[in-house]
Amino acid sequence: MAILEIRNLRKVFGSVIANDEVNLSLEAGETHAILGENGAGKSTLIKMISGLYKPDAGQILLNGVEQHFANPRDAILAGIGVVHQHFMLIPALSVAENVVLGSEGSRFLFRKKDAIEKVLRISKELGLPLDPAIKVQDLPVGMQQRVEIVKALYRNARILILDEPTAVLTPQETEELFAVVRRLNQDQIPVIFISHKLDEVREIADRITVMRAGKSVNTMPVADATAKELAQLMVGREVVLETIKTPAQTGNVVLSVEGLSVRDDRKMTRVKNVSFDVRTGEIFGIAGVDGNGQTELVEAIVGLRKLEGGKILFLDKDITAESVSGRIHRGIGYVPQDRQRDGLVLPFTVADNLILRSVGNQPFSKSGWLQKKSTRASAEKLIKEFDIRPPLADAQAVSLSGGNQQKVILAREMSREPQLLIAVQPTRGLDVGAIEGIHRHLLSLCEQGKAVLLVSLELEEIMQLSDRIGVMHAGELVTVMDAKKATRETLGLAMTGERVEEGVAP
Amino acid sequence: MSKRMQNLMLPLLAVITGLILGGIIMWISGYKPINAYIALFQGAFGNPVFIANTIAGAIPLILTSLGIAIAFRTGLFNIGAEGQYWIGAMVGTWIGYNFPHLPWYIHIPFALIGAMLAGGIWGGLIPGLAKAFVGAHEVITTMMMSYIAILIGHFMLERGPMMAPGYNPQSPLVSPTATLPTLISNSNLSAGIFIAIAAIIVVYLVLFHTTFGYRLRTVGYNPMAAKYAGMNVPLFTIYSLGLSGVLAGLGGAVQIMGVDHQLTDTFSSGYGYTAIVVSLLARNNPIAIFFASVFFSALSTGSQVMQINSGVSPNMTDVITGVIIFFVATDKLYSYFRGRFRRTAKAQSEQKGVSLS
Ligand SMILES: Nc1ncnc2c1ncn2[C@@H]1O[C@H](COP(=O)(O)OP(=O)(O)OP(=O)(O)O)[C@@H](O)[C@H]1O
Ligand SMILES: [Mg+2]
Repeated sequence: MAILEIRNLRKVFGSVIANDEVNLSLEAGETHAILGENGAGKSTLIKMISGLYKPDAGQILLNGVEQHFANPRDAILAGIGVVHQHFMLIPALSVAENVVLGSEGSRFLFRKKDAIEKVLRISKELGLPLDPAIKVQDLPVGMQQRVEIVKALYRNARILILDEPTAVLTPQETEELFAVVRRLNQDQIPVIFISHKLDEVREIADRITVMRAGKSVNTMPVADATAKELAQLMVGREVVLETIKTPAQTGNVVLSVEGLSVRDDRKMTRVKNVSFDVRTGEIFGIAGVDGNGQTELVEAIVGLRKLEGGKILFLDKDITAESVSGRIHRGIGYVPQDRQRDGLVLPFTVADNLILRSVGNQPFSKSGWLQKKSTRASAEKLIKEFDIRPPLADAQAVSLSGGNQQKVILAREMSREPQLLIAVQPTRGLDVGAIEGIHRHLLSLCEQGKAVLLVSLELEEIMQLSDRIGVMHAGELVTVMDAKKATRETLGLAMTGERVEEGVAP
Repeated sequence: MSKRMQNLMLPLLAVITGLILGGIIMWISGYKPINAYIALFQGAFGNPVFIANTIAGAIPLILTSLGIAIAFRTGLFNIGAEGQYWIGAMVGTWIGYNFPHLPWYIHIPFALIGAMLAGGIWGGLIPGLAKAFVGAHEVITTMMMSYIAILIGHFMLERGPMMAPGYNPQSPLVSPTATLPTLISNSNLSAGIFIAIAAIIVVYLVLFHTTFGYRLRTVGYNPMAAKYAGMNVPLFTIYSLGLSGVLAGLGGAVQIMGVDHQLTDTFSSGYGYTAIVVSLLARNNPIAIFFASVFFSALSTGSQVMQINSGVSPNMTDVITGVIIFFVATDKLYSYFRGRFRRTAKAQSEQKGVSLS
């Protein structure tokens, strides 16, 4: 008998049918992947299984018994552990406090020492080391995810659901996560795994269910599916998995960074004496393991962080002392890494989010008055161009699926026709079809003679799109190489700090 | 249920619960709740003069609440509206009795603008700067500034520079050239109502139809995104608290020039505190603030007739207000924590579809 069975589940939000006739069964010890486009309804399904949403119709069965979860607590008690796409941790509390929160039992005061010990034990058993005393807000996302996993297992989860867990992970961390998943499978704990990365799914999953437009269209063993077929099932049309890039016609220097040093919030020097140029018509990729100074470098260029030393030139103008808005007006576009924290105003509508960086400009405002008609018209155009779903200009950003939120940010930045677009992980969480679209947009920007600074943790993406690739390690730009000559091996080596002689030229 | 409906339903529910619980308490104490409420209603709306007085009582509430709502919209708590209201009243009174030779069309704007500036500086500029540059939390600074204002007010009247000749702690009467005309005789309703309505319209337009308001709201909802979008967050903090104080100051002056005509020791009304409840109940919506203000004003004007007719103490309305605050605030607290712990609460609120806009 299936451990978990979903029968004809349905969920409607206003005019949007998020789930309809969704069927799924989960066997003991298997890893079951759910694939689907952005907005296909994966997270909605997970939220119903975990008691956050109530289904409008259909059944959820655990070991053959129908369940009616009134709230997440019921689902947790039934043994369902979930790591949501957007984490649900409390930043100001410690790891241990986050883990035990809400499960302290009937005891009035929770025993801190017990909690810490138990957290340590679970994280050791899983092979996911964690410091229980540190505050969650001080942890990088990869670590926060560990906290979520430990939290789920602390509550004796007998099913673990991971909603796009690898979107925020480095390849190394992904491997560690997979090891955890395999160990859980061995203990007969089944795992539901959501991802847009087909190769990952093929590596870890036993079976795959594909969702399209809110429906589960197919379930198959992983061995029977090729990447191309899966992509086609998801999108409903043929997808070009590899974007074809024509070599760039590079021109003048757009951005020149000279001897940049930057400190982080804790006054540690995170970027050390970094110099490079980005030219019109090219994509300059920055590769590196997460946390090697990429974030600080980008924040310094955008104007959010003071420099410890060095100089930034944009179109031959020294902008080192310029404000964020000054730089925006000069033509720097920016796609931040954390879309919900830095990129969107969640309670605003899509249309309002699309003008976040240009409210002060024509045609969105005239002498200080918002021009709602032009805002709306422009929003509708962008929604169509970037395929934002659902195509409603006045949907609240918070109601969009993760991938579609990312599209809103990208659409906003691209629509400003920046001279330089700085994109950090621009395709994180996007489905294959959407990635194809974003890549096309980035390349077209270059064809128009604009420049792109692409920071990504995904080597594939960097190698596919870039003309030149810089690799950061421990705050230094250890190498800059021609993308044609770069291989996974040379890049991987450089990412560990090895200097690759051949291409040290800036 | 649509979001708009929900925005309307929750406050209404809070009000109804407040009235029902108040009724139960009356009943337990041996009164007849239905009769008491009928009396309350008659006292507030029973004849044109009562209606006029209810609306008159709403005027200062409307103005101060609008100010608090602007601050809330920017994610700031202006707890010190009471003091800004006092400062506005003080400056309005001072200008009002000191320049009796000015024509009314100069004198009235002069007094109003003076009060607005004073309120703005007191409530906005000083706490705003303190927050922007040294990070002092506005809850503390606006509250402290508020106490200072109220105490200065008392000092001014109790043998201070604004005390009128005689023994009573009160200022001279403002000159007729600085008096807002009464609209309905024998009532307190003055032309101040037009100022209040104009303020509602202006605040509404500013918040929802200007780039300035858009930026204020952006800063309120997500200061990080505002920063990344190139907005000067500290500057908007100052603007927002400043405007908040401007409106409270205006409220004080309008009350003096339209109703009281002089500043007295007993001027303190608690309007600045009730206004916090009004803006919570109205969910910081300028138009809803009008109705919420009239409601609270009605409770207070009607309570006297309620006492005469059914013996229920006017303090009963405080109980009702308390219950309403409780229900409105739990809902509001919840959204506040949602903002703070966005990741934690997001999914739950998504489901409820709660909207702040
Ligand atoms: N709270 C909500 N209110 C209104 N619409 C919603 C809400 N949550 C989700 N939706 C809509 O339901 C549909 C499915 O969204 P869901 O988040 O489940 O997609 P997803 O498959 O997880 O996508 P992604 O890969 O981008 O995360 C989308 O069209 C989304 O806009
Ligand atoms: Mg999702």
